[in-house]
Amino acid sequence: MKRIGIDVGGTNTDAVLMTDGCVEAAVKVPTTPDVTGGILHAIGRLRRRMRDGAEIAGVLIGTTHFTNAVVQRRDLTRIAAIRIGAPATAALPPFCDWPADLATLVDGGSWIIEGGHEFDGRPFLPLDIARARQAAREIRARDLRYVAVTSMFSSLNPAHEDAVAEILCEEIPEVSVTCSHLLGGIGLLERENATLLNASLVALARRIGTGFERALAQSGLLAPLYMTQNDGTVATATHASTLPVFSIASGPTNSMRGGAYLSNLQDAIVIDVGGTTADFGHLRSGFPRQANTVVHVGGVRTLFRMPDLVSIGLGGGSLVSPDGMAIGPRSVGYRLIEDALVFGGNRLTATDVAVAAGLAEIGDRSKVAHLSPTLIEGVLARVRSMIETNADRVKIQAGDAVLLAVGGGSFLVPDRLEGVSRVVRVEHGGCANAVGAAIAQVSGEVDQVFQGLERAEAISRARALAEHRAVDAGADSGSLSLVEVEDTPIAYLPGNALRVRVKVVGDIQSVERRSSDGSEIRHHHT
Amino acid sequence: MRELRAEEIEALAVGAWILGTGGGGSPYHGLLNMRRLYREGVRVRLIGPQALADDDNVAVVSNMGAPLVTQERLTDSGMIARAVKVMQEYLGRRFRAVMGIEIGGGNSIQPLMAAAHLGIPVIDADAMGRAYPEAQMTSFAVGGLAPAPLVSVDPRGNEVIVTGATNWKWMERTSRKVCTEFGSIAATCKAPRTGAEVKRWGIPMTMTKAIRLGHAVIEANRSHQDPIEAILKAEHGKQLFAGKIIEVERRTTEGFLRGRTWIQGQGRDRIRIDFQNEWIVVWSEGAPLASTPELICVLDSDTGEAIGTEMIRYGQRVTVIVLPSPEIFLTPRGLEHVGPRAFGYDIDFCSVFA
Repeated sequence: MKRIGIDVGGTNTDAVLMTDGCVEAAVKVPTTPDVTGGILHAIGRLRRRMRDGAEIAGVLIGTTHFTNAVVQRRDLTRIAAIRIGAPATAALPPFCDWPADLATLVDGGSWIIEGGHEFDGRPFLPLDIARARQAAREIRARDLRYVAVTSMFSSLNPAHEDAVAEILCEEIPEVSVTCSHLLGGIGLLERENATLLNASLVALARRIGTGFERALAQSGLLAPLYMTQNDGTVATATHASTLPVFSIASGPTNSMRGGAYLSNLQDAIVIDVGGTTADFGHLRSGFPRQANTVVHVGGVRTLFRMPDLVSIGLGGGSLVSPDGMAIGPRSVGYRLIEDALVFGGNRLTATDVAVAAGLAEIGDRSKVAHLSPTLIEGVLARVRSMIETNADRVKIQAGDAVLLAVGGGSFLVPDRLEGVSRVVRVEHGGCANAVGAAIAQVSGEVDQVFQGLERAEAISRARALAEHRAVDAGADSGSLSLVEVEDTPIAYLPGNALRVRVKVVGDIQSVERRSSDGSEIRHHHT
Repeated sequence: MRELRAEEIEALAVGAWILGTGGGGSPYHGLLNMRRLYREGVRVRLIGPQALADDDNVAVVSNMGAPLVTQERLTDSGMIARAVKVMQEYLGRRFRAVMGIEIGGGNSIQPLMAAAHLGIPVIDADAMGRAYPEAQMTSFAVGGLAPAPLVSVDPRGNEVIVTGATNWKWMERTSRKVCTEFGSIAATCKAPRTGAEVKRWGIPMTMTKAIRLGHAVIEANRSHQDPIEAILKAEHGKQLFAGKIIEVERRTTEGFLRGRTWIQGQGRDRIRIDFQNEWIVVWSEGAPLASTPELICVLDSDTGEAIGTEMIRYGQRVTVIVLPSPEIFLTPRGLEHVGPRAFGYDIDFCSVFA
């Protein structure tokens, strides 16, 4: 079976053609502002290795756009937050534990209204419809078009979120609403944070999603398009463009999974240096070490299951101040091939310094001949120190560790580092993220409290729901398997309350299967 | 009397979670409330129990109910303060200071929130020295002090006062019923205490203990030292076992989370820990290795972070440690209330420090 894995970074678009698990071809091209051009270019170069497009079972795309947007605080939309749960919850309003700079960009105002549910799905208070309508009108007056709606215990009863979403649609033309129950999980603040991030990313996701679809259509490949998610699985592109937070950490997840796949390393620190960011993670027994409970994305607390990562603004495109004292977090991104000195531009980037130092052969080396050795040494020393400090942060015990360096900007990683026994680089390591995308599966998850059911019955209901979600997301129903099941009776709650978390994964449904059984992609309303 | 620094409250949240011995709920929301109050310029003062006059009135507070519900309803610092105010109105007198019933878990922050709104100091003491699931499992109950009155409030504005209870178990039953009706969570102001009672029956200096414990973990993680070693050193604890969780069995009975977990060591050795919300007894080959009232803590072997009985799952690498019990629970009367027999185990308590 052949698959194409693509990773669209802020700087480069990487693509691999994989046949039965082996990398047949790998290419790296610059990302274009419209996204489409870069993907077309990459697919075009891969096509020379294919007989025809029909043999491709799927095109799987991962992107760092969403994480870059949050880390760099750009391309984010200002949004309105509606919380349903007053008078409870009001002491800790939306955005209350956000980094100030991010909140300033995203927070367009919060409305906390009466309503929400209890742990058993009964109403906490009736929904204050009048107040919801008033909030909608105020949101419209403030010219906000993206709204996050979070209600108490909505993962058990989404009725109040749905009602408010409907009011918003009536009152605000072309409004886009993200409801928290679609993101799931118990923990109001964490679920709300994910909802807020999602609402602020939907506009970007639509632009990027359209770019992906257009690129695939123009490439002439008939294969279905998937987007990779934080947990190393994929969803259909339509599903993913309404829920971009599920893809927010997919870039680094893909790199780690791809790196593990290519290197066969069981235990190592992984550093993925792209054009804009460097991500540090920890491989343990061949898998990315998962964050135990809470995961911070750009400083925001969420409950996503994803690798425990540290991200910093260091990459090949990172801007270097003229005196060499400051590196990143701003990056020229995909404009590297125009703006960097080695490409005849006038902005000093980390790539320019690496070329001048002889660490990389990119562009025209003569264009950086004027850089002083003092500046070069100073910048490299600073890069080294950034890498050493952060590699140390993801370590779980003191002592030297193996470091696997992947990603297009991995030339910035020195061969010798404090706290590192050896630095490992692998063939196609520059495209590890695209490999990670190509090997992804489809998942469905449920996290819900069940009451008055036997344990087995509760788990089987949760499993059915998770399977339904996986099929919705593009999985072949015949290939589903249960990968995680966790049930916790809840202390103090009456009626044998049981919290059940279930995750199933399956293979991507093939094109033939999809058309023959006539299943349609469901559009989740957001 | 001294002012609590913001970073001490951060450390308190870490230390209190460890003293939760598997239960008690996360202190995170309480911490967020305190950060907000400190940003607004509010400060909380801490006093030792010895600073109280014998006839001082002391409010005793805690949140009662399911930690899971708090995850959705969040914590509002004003709620616990309202419970205290309702008690003041009922009694017709004001409180000189406030203390928590339970230093383990989320309840560690409740007295700070009440103090922030009421402008009175927090007493450096509690009545458990850890977390326990029931109202009669306190040093005040061991001391035979009066269990009533008790105020419960909810965020909708509902307020209930239990004015009398023939004993602590009845208070537990009645107030638990109210709590369930409120949505399985209630902010409560327990039976008020006099300064003399706090000095005689309170467990002193538990607030500073939790802060010290938190500091030890934070500092060890910052400098890549072993956080577990730091905890043992800070609290004169003893490491019992290290290994991997190989099975977890849970059930809810009578509103409590009961169950057992098995931990496999490096070789063929394995232990079993029984829990009722909190870790109760550690078994090895059919014999008890450690038990309540000593504090059994299950920690993430890498980070030293405490792992709750609701969160424990297969595959986690954990280290089991034991911290000393408050002395009052080692007395015959103390053991009646919180020893292994109080949890239905027909075994004698045997200290791991003996």
